Amino acid sequence: MGLKKILDNMKPAFSEGGKLSAFGSLFDAAETFFYVPNETAKTYGAQIHDAIDSKRSIFFVVIALLPALLFGMYNIGLQHNIAIGAATDDVFCNFLYGFAAMLPKIIVSYVVGLGIEVAIAQWKKEEVHEGFFVTGILIPMIVPVNCPLWILAVATAFAVVFAKEVFGGTGMNIFNPALVTRAFLFFAYPAMMSGDKVWVNENYMDCINGTIDGYSAATPLGQLGSGEAVTASPLETIIGTIPGSIGETSVVAIAIGAVILIWAGIASWKIIVSTFVGGAIMAYLLPYEGAQNFEWWEQLTVGGFAFGAVFMATDPVTAARTECGKYIYGFLIGVMAIIIRVLNPGFPEGMMLAILLMNVFAPLIDYCFVQSNINKRAKRAVK
Amino acid sequence: MANVIKLRKGLNINLKGKAAAQVSAVSASDVYGLVPDAFYGMKPKVVVKEGDDVKAGDALFVNKLHPEMKFVSPVSGKVSLVERGDRRKVLSVQVKASAEQQYVDFGKKVVEDLDGGKVKDALLESGLFSFFVQRPYAVVANPDDAPKAIYVSSFCDMPLAADFEGVVLSGQEKDFQTGITALSKIAKVHVGVKPGSKLTQLKDAEVTVFDGKCPAGNVGVQINNTNPINKGEVVWTVGAEEVIFIGRLFNNGIVDLKRVIAVAGSEVKNPEYKSVLVGAKISDIVSGKLSESVDKKVRIIDGNPLTGMKTSQDSFLMAHTTEVTVIPEGDDADELFGWISPRLNEFSVSRSYFTWLQPKNKEYVLDARVKGGHRHMIFSGEYDSVFPMDIYPEQLVKAIIAGDIDRMEALGIYEVAPEDFAVAEFVDSSKVELQRIVREGLDMLRKENE
Repeated sequence: MGLKKILDNMKPAFSEGGKLSAFGSLFDAAETFFYVPNETAKTYGAQIHDAIDSKRSIFFVVIALLPALLFGMYNIGLQHNIAIGAATDDVFCNFLYGFAAMLPKIIVSYVVGLGIEVAIAQWKKEEVHEGFFVTGILIPMIVPVNCPLWILAVATAFAVVFAKEVFGGTGMNIFNPALVTRAFLFFAYPAMMSGDKVWVNENYMDCINGTIDGYSAATPLGQLGSGEAVTASPLETIIGTIPGSIGETSVVAIAIGAVILIWAGIASWKIIVSTFVGGAIMAYLLPYEGAQNFEWWEQLTVGGFAFGAVFMATDPVTAARTECGKYIYGFLIGVMAIIIRVLNPGFPEGMMLAILLMNVFAPLIDYCFVQSNINKRAKRAVK
Repeated sequence: MANVIKLRKGLNINLKGKAAAQVSAVSASDVYGLVPDAFYGMKPKVVVKEGDDVKAGDALFVNKLHPEMKFVSPVSGKVSLVERGDRRKVLSVQVKASAEQQYVDFGKKVVEDLDGGKVKDALLESGLFSFFVQRPYAVVANPDDAPKAIYVSSFCDMPLAADFEGVVLSGQEKDFQTGITALSKIAKVHVGVKPGSKLTQLKDAEVTVFDGKCPAGNVGVQINNTNPINKGEVVWTVGAEEVIFIGRLFNNGIVDLKRVIAVAGSEVKNPEYKSVLVGAKISDIVSGKLSESVDKKVRIIDGNPLTGMKTSQDSFLMAHTTEVTVIPEGDDADELFGWISPRLNEFSVSRSYFTWLQPKNKEYVLDARVKGGHRHMIFSGEYDSVFPMDIYPEQLVKAIIAGDIDRMEALGIYEVAPEDFAVAEFVDSSKVELQRIVREGLDMLRKENE
């Protein structure tokens, strides 16, 4: 095949000692992107292997994110047109507007993140790991649409270096890198991350521009936090035509992603289900004080709860790794998210902090289960 | 009625080229070779010189650490070569077979009348003791130990593995029973059988039925689910085929290392069973059996594709081997966009492939490719789903990688052998070499404890 030949011809230049060896890992990444590695099993050990590899699993997560991403793009346009008082029934126009607003964010996130990953892989003389393909698409989806690109770039770089690479790269990190990006933005640039000015894009495409002076679009959680009545109906919060971070608004789109992830066996259904159970129980026990026309179960449909439960809590590296531990891990995320939302006036959204907090506790949860196995064995020996 | 243990975890891999239930003879090899590496954990000291005449049952080398442990010639003839590798490591001791086979006479014995010590002496004398493997460490057994039990698994459910009860055992039932009785003189014997087995009628052994997917046939899984090994305890294991050797020793008074092995795999023409001697040349076993297309590279495996070792036509059949399998090498496959294309012919436990849509009895042709880049462990629960033991496999492997000996012990490394991780190594999407790591962990611990 032609492409294979081209790659084979190029290979010597990129190998150790070649002219372009400084770009070796980049070449490696490209080669394995096109072709399944032809490496065969060693003399000792399993001689056959399952066809699944981390690349395929990771790309299935990206596929599962697409419904939420595409809806998010549409919603950017929709919210913009609502704000300028323009017609909102042209689905394609809405989408196109959102696409144009979103594309630079995706590009910035990938270029910055992958650039750092490739450089570090080259430095460590390792293969580039594909984990960032998920992180890189998650980052633009969990920020407000008005987040400036340079801030996004800074936050991405911070997360890749300090949340991932310092720990040893994909598979070794303690915190979910995408959430660290968001946390970094949240604490370093709070004005860009919350309030009622950041959720609607003002002007990206001149052709459908308009002025939105004095227009404010608060998210349901923002309204709840400040004691106002929620304007969005339950149907709107489920479909997702409300202001919010780009990927998080549509429960329907997230549910499609959840089905893909669970079906493919990539995300743990145990974590997703127990997160919702924990969230539901806590929301029922701890309603917003004086909230008007807001049922307890709507808590699970607003804000980043569903998105976090499906795409963030299930990150296998930072979640609990024992099967029983996953129930507890998920349950506590749900509980903590609602507690932070309802009781802490400073943080209208609790999902991010709940997941980051449980990232810290995941090893402790695992420790308890592993230790009980160890104790059982020790007891057996004494008998 | 035998106890039945149901095992929920595991994975059966249905490969193309299963051996048909017929046995044919292999033409006698010119040269037979005994490979010390087959007896893991032993230091060979060669006791013959090139040109010596030996009978079947004469020692070729002994264990330096336990000189009473002999490793005997499967054939009679002249020692033709002591093959050495780097640092004079003994690779094989080769014997050119004589036209007429002569056996060392160890004398027929009535097993029922012997005690444990006599049985052990007879096994050491005849070299059959060398086939015993001990846990912990999964190395050749130490004759000085008093094992708490001896385990024999009468079935292997690894892909393409030989069917012991259906094929190998037929006609050898008496020797098998004698062998079991002999073992029962040394320690309590546990035999693991598959559901529907006739071996539940065995005498002098506790028979347990293991109902589950691969690796339910692994003796380690059977030990863990019946009588797990604690620190300080020793369990011996013997292959079911090797129990037949023991039976022959007492019934016939000779060491007869003839065994029936499966020659199987997608690249084998008319896969079937062959009656061969331990140490036979691989080329004699597979001659006329390999697919003819010249440009297709194949991989010959000494053993089954999950726990076996890559071998070559010039090598010799290892002592414990129950099947020789041949699969495509696959290093010229050049598959485009493997991470996203459907790849209908691939087998995977992941539903991101379409294995789940295929009929259950579809047979797969898998090649020797690793099929992915090596990563840190990313996805959790993969090992656990195919590891039917009360052990946390992922945490144990991590403890081994970290070289944390206390933690390895605490997590149960004494109970495992590399083969128990074979299915986990197969399904691992991070392509970690689990069997090699576990082997290194066991070696590390053994060195530490000596």
